Amino acid sequence: MTVGLGHYLALGAILFTLGIVGIFLNRKNVIIILMSIELILLSVNINLVAFSTFLGDIVGQVYALIVLTVAAAEAAIGLAILVAYFRNRGSIAVEDINLMKG
Amino acid sequence: MIITAIFFYLFAAVCVASAIMVIAARNPVHSVLFLILAFVNAAGLFVLLGAEFLAMILIVVYVGAVAVLFLFVVMMLDVDFAELRRGVLTYLPIGGLIGAVFLAELLVVVGAWVIGPSVANSITAPIPPPSAVSNTEALGLVLYTRYVYFFEAAGIVLLIAMVGAIVLTLRHKPNVRRQNIADQVARHRATAIEIVKVKPGQGLS
Repeated sequence: MTVGLGHYLALGAILFTLGIVGIFLNRKNVIIILMSIELILLSVNINLVAFSTFLGDIVGQVYALIVLTVAAAEAAIGLAILVAYFRNRGSIAVEDINLMKG
Repeated sequence: MIITAIFFYLFAAVCVASAIMVIAARNPVHSVLFLILAFVNAAGLFVLLGAEFLAMILIVVYVGAVAVLFLFVVMMLDVDFAELRRGVLTYLPIGGLIGAVFLAELLVVVGAWVIGPSVANSITAPIPPPSAVSNTEALGLVLYTRYVYFFEAAGIVLLIAMVGAIVLTLRHKPNVRRQNIADQVARHRATAIEIVKVKPGQGLS
């Protein structure tokens, strides 16, 4: 009944997979895609903190802090791009985002 | 020990269930609220793991800032989300297939994996006993000394994100009267005041 490292890693794997499935499922809605990316980063953080605790090394938590920072910056920039795009085109559907002809 | 296990399964179950609701909810506002629930439960898991500082940071930064930012944007944009929602079921088979394959691979890796014997000798900064040094203090002791460049890099990332977000969303409307501070400061008494001597009974024409 003891909770080991494997439990946390399995939880991280499940959350990561849910994030990826979310990206595939909501191919049109950029906001849900951004939220799925947040889920993926959260699962990475769970993995980092679990390793940090079970190995007894606090550097994992330092790294989780950096990941948290990058996630916050990514959300801010992503939503700013979304708002700017919506002002220009009046839509946030992913298939309309083709101005760069990529 | 049993309490820890019960809380782990509680937090993990709610976290996974709310993550499913994030990607499955029809209304994006509900998605954001379930995302907040997932973050709160992940913070509970962090407390179970002994990373109290990160748990609180997760609540402050994610729930307090990022999720509310999402909420603002979802409510600010006038988008027909039901129209965006169309066609989800056509993507369900491929998404479910890729997800199942990915999860199976990850679980195989997790199941067949052990910590190498030499890892215990190469710990960079061991966690001090919680009775002597609290988690926040222990994190600060390494973050501000050994990893101070990481810390400053994180600050620069946030600064650039802030500047970028402002640059992307700031716009000057042409027909708005704006404050001109130089004009205001350049005013003096001679141009600002006019003294009119009014003769009695005539009034100002």
